[in-house]
Amino acid sequence: MSGAGGDGRTSGAPPAIELLGIDKSFGPVHANDDIHLTVEAGTIHGIVGENGAGKSTLMNIVYGFYQADSGIIRVDGEERAIRSPEDAIEAGIGMVHQHFMLVEPFTVLENILLGAEGGWTLKAGKARAREALLRLEQDYALEVDIDARIADLPVGIQQRVEILKALFRGARVLILDEPTGVLTPQEADHLFRILRNLKEQGRTVILITHKLREIMAATDTVSVMRQGAMVAHRRTADTTTEELAELMVGRKVLLRVDKQPARPGSPVLEVEHLEVVDEQGVRRVKDVSFTVRAGEIVGIAGVAGNGQSELLEALSGIRRPSGGRVLLHGEPLADAADCRLKKLGHVPEDRLRMGLVRGFPAYENAILGYQLLPAYAEHGFLKKRSIIARCLDWMQGYDVRPAAPHLQATSFSGGNQQKLVLAREMEHDPDLLLVGQPTRGVDIGAIEFIHKRLVAMRDAGKAILLVSVELDEIMSLADRIIVMFDGTITGEVDQAEATARGLGLLMAGISNEAA
Amino acid sequence: MPTKLPPWVNFGLLPLLNLGMAFLVAGLIVVVLGENPFAAMRLLVFGAFGYGEAVGYTFFYATNFIFTGLAVALAFQCGLFNIGGEGQAYIGGLGVGLAGIWLGHWPAPIGLVVGIMAAAAFGGAWGFIPGWLQARRGSHTVITTIMLNFIAASLMTYLLVNPLRRPGQQIPESMTFDERMWLPQLSTVLRDLGYDIGRSPLNAALLLALVCCVLYWLFIWKTRAGYEMRVVGRSEPAAVYGGISPARQIMIAMTLSGALAGLMSLNEVLGAQHRLTLGFTGGYGFVGIAVALMGRNHPIGIVLAALLFGALYQGGSELAFDMPKINKDMVVVIQGLVILFAGALEHMFRPWLEARFARPALPAAAVA
Repeated sequence: MSGAGGDGRTSGAPPAIELLGIDKSFGPVHANDDIHLTVEAGTIHGIVGENGAGKSTLMNIVYGFYQADSGIIRVDGEERAIRSPEDAIEAGIGMVHQHFMLVEPFTVLENILLGAEGGWTLKAGKARAREALLRLEQDYALEVDIDARIADLPVGIQQRVEILKALFRGARVLILDEPTGVLTPQEADHLFRILRNLKEQGRTVILITHKLREIMAATDTVSVMRQGAMVAHRRTADTTTEELAELMVGRKVLLRVDKQPARPGSPVLEVEHLEVVDEQGVRRVKDVSFTVRAGEIVGIAGVAGNGQSELLEALSGIRRPSGGRVLLHGEPLADAADCRLKKLGHVPEDRLRMGLVRGFPAYENAILGYQLLPAYAEHGFLKKRSIIARCLDWMQGYDVRPAAPHLQATSFSGGNQQKLVLAREMEHDPDLLLVGQPTRGVDIGAIEFIHKRLVAMRDAGKAILLVSVELDEIMSLADRIIVMFDGTITGEVDQAEATARGLGLLMAGISNEAA
Repeated sequence: MPTKLPPWVNFGLLPLLNLGMAFLVAGLIVVVLGENPFAAMRLLVFGAFGYGEAVGYTFFYATNFIFTGLAVALAFQCGLFNIGGEGQAYIGGLGVGLAGIWLGHWPAPIGLVVGIMAAAAFGGAWGFIPGWLQARRGSHTVITTIMLNFIAASLMTYLLVNPLRRPGQQIPESMTFDERMWLPQLSTVLRDLGYDIGRSPLNAALLLALVCCVLYWLFIWKTRAGYEMRVVGRSEPAAVYGGISPARQIMIAMTLSGALAGLMSLNEVLGAQHRLTLGFTGGYGFVGIAVALMGRNHPIGIVLAALLFGALYQGGSELAFDMPKINKDMVVVIQGLVILFAGALEHMFRPWLEARFARPALPAAAVA
């Protein structure tokens, strides 16, 4: 199946990247099992697979972070021994990581120059780099202010800096690992335009992602990985999201959420004229009022950074509002500990920073926020045995794999971490569940599971507030959709009446009346 | 610090390798000085463990290190770097000293018990100050604890030169306490058991140190309060999310850490000197950092590391006595090398070991 990626291309040029029988194990785990892959020069090639399918391992082998146990890597038809990223750069391969590797206080120019300074003083190198960069920026429509400090740039631009850095080092093949994880839909679209430019200029792009929509939108050819093996190669034009999803998961997947119309009951959460000011003194949430009733899912849509995160933090007691009121069952809330006691669950947006404690085993994470409950401690001593038993119970009920309470939280994949957090927050039977980005960095199988659970909880008469930047998710899950822009609510739409275009306008700050 | 290494490598092999490197380099220096490194090593070990009195002294010094090591480790659990053990121990000594001077006439165990509590209270108060400064004012504990060490030293010098000085004496030290304030010596008990530790000042503070180890272990890993402290140490955002106040935990941790350091003074002041002297802390507070690092913040590790440093102190002074070319400063160099390799260069062998012993990670962890 090795040549399938190149079907239909007749140019005589050798493939940009050719992998023959790549094999890699970590202990008993077979991360890459006899992988064959051909990426033709001048194409955008997608690699999809669930989290843990072995995509990143494969690309880290190509980029020299890991060495394959066996197998051959050919670059432009020539066999290469890639033992380090230096070797990869030498071979003309560049990689943009999921988490950027930039020095924040340095300027764009200084970052790009890192490791390629040339000579004892910076001046000559800087001048040379400046010239080269301006040319690159023009060629690829990569607008970046090269004298700006990285810390001052939004993530979308930081990513462009990473791309520029790779191009500056002479990359002819560019590998991007989950590049849209941190981007807004607009920024993602812009990225894809840049990738198409790169392709037109003859460069080759390998795009690793688990988002099928991006594969369909941006790639020419696509390879699917599942459990460490390469299971299929397709031309993007000849396949569908449904087929790819099935190949990824190994069974039919329901991409739509199946649910009955909501039957809202009495108000659970009432937010009145809420104001939130952040540490820099910027008003993040401006005069926001809304209600969430029992038995309904209210979605908050919006481009990332328009006050949703601060709203969520204010509602969950993490951040003190500077004005207005938040009432749960008509009563005000004090702090995060008080929220938990009053039956408010919270699945935070950033589970690795907030929702879990890295380095703690799963069972200790299973009580985070609920450590004050008598069920977990007696006379100040933790009831370790019963905590572990409960954790195991939840892990089995929420299909957390592996169901090992003693394992460190960071040893689980993103989807399994999220299911653990979800289990913790849902199993304490909250009346109101705040959910932030529930499926960020989560694989398809787990997304399906999480959505089903949320709907089941709604049907059990609980109130759910869902904050997500994934418009598809909001549209399929929420019964009512509130759109935020620049800290204010620009509109509210019932699910039945919601269209992507209408919501898009609201998200851009054009309110109903104006539109 | 999350590690991929199996415990026996992390807690056994790695510290031994670091120690081996330290002794190797120290041995080279001994060779340069023109002495036989193996003879020096033999003298060092014999001086530390060779006969009863030596063992007594080794354990006496180890007692100091257990207290200060625990102090540093407890602060570590809350993500704090307490470099102020020295000052906290010194001020803890002030509490003990005041109790010794004023309560000597109290009936036997009561004055002593109050003295022990005073050591913890004074040390704890001295630790609370940087804790409060960090929690409420954002001043970093590394800076404030160092500065408070100097303040503690100056304060104690003033007190010992002026109000606390024994009347009619030129030496900056307090009067000798009443015997009712002395901690019981272990030499008599051990002699009854058939083991002679000679005239070494090993005393009941060792038992108290071991009790503190158990309490530390229980508190950190078994209680809700310890759980909350560890959450803050690992991730402040997660703590805030979980309704745990980092500011509160930081103040509690620094107070407890200071109290543990303060208890160190018992060993020196009530266990050995029986009076308050200038500079009785002798750098034990600083070595506590190395002890905690080497002991991986675990009580068993801390006891072992404390024994190592106790042996270096005791064996080192014997070595300096017996080998004329190796003076006392040379012994300090060897101790410094152990601290360097066990502490500062701790990560030198880690990547190499991880490449060899890395525990087979889970699919998710390995591939993601």
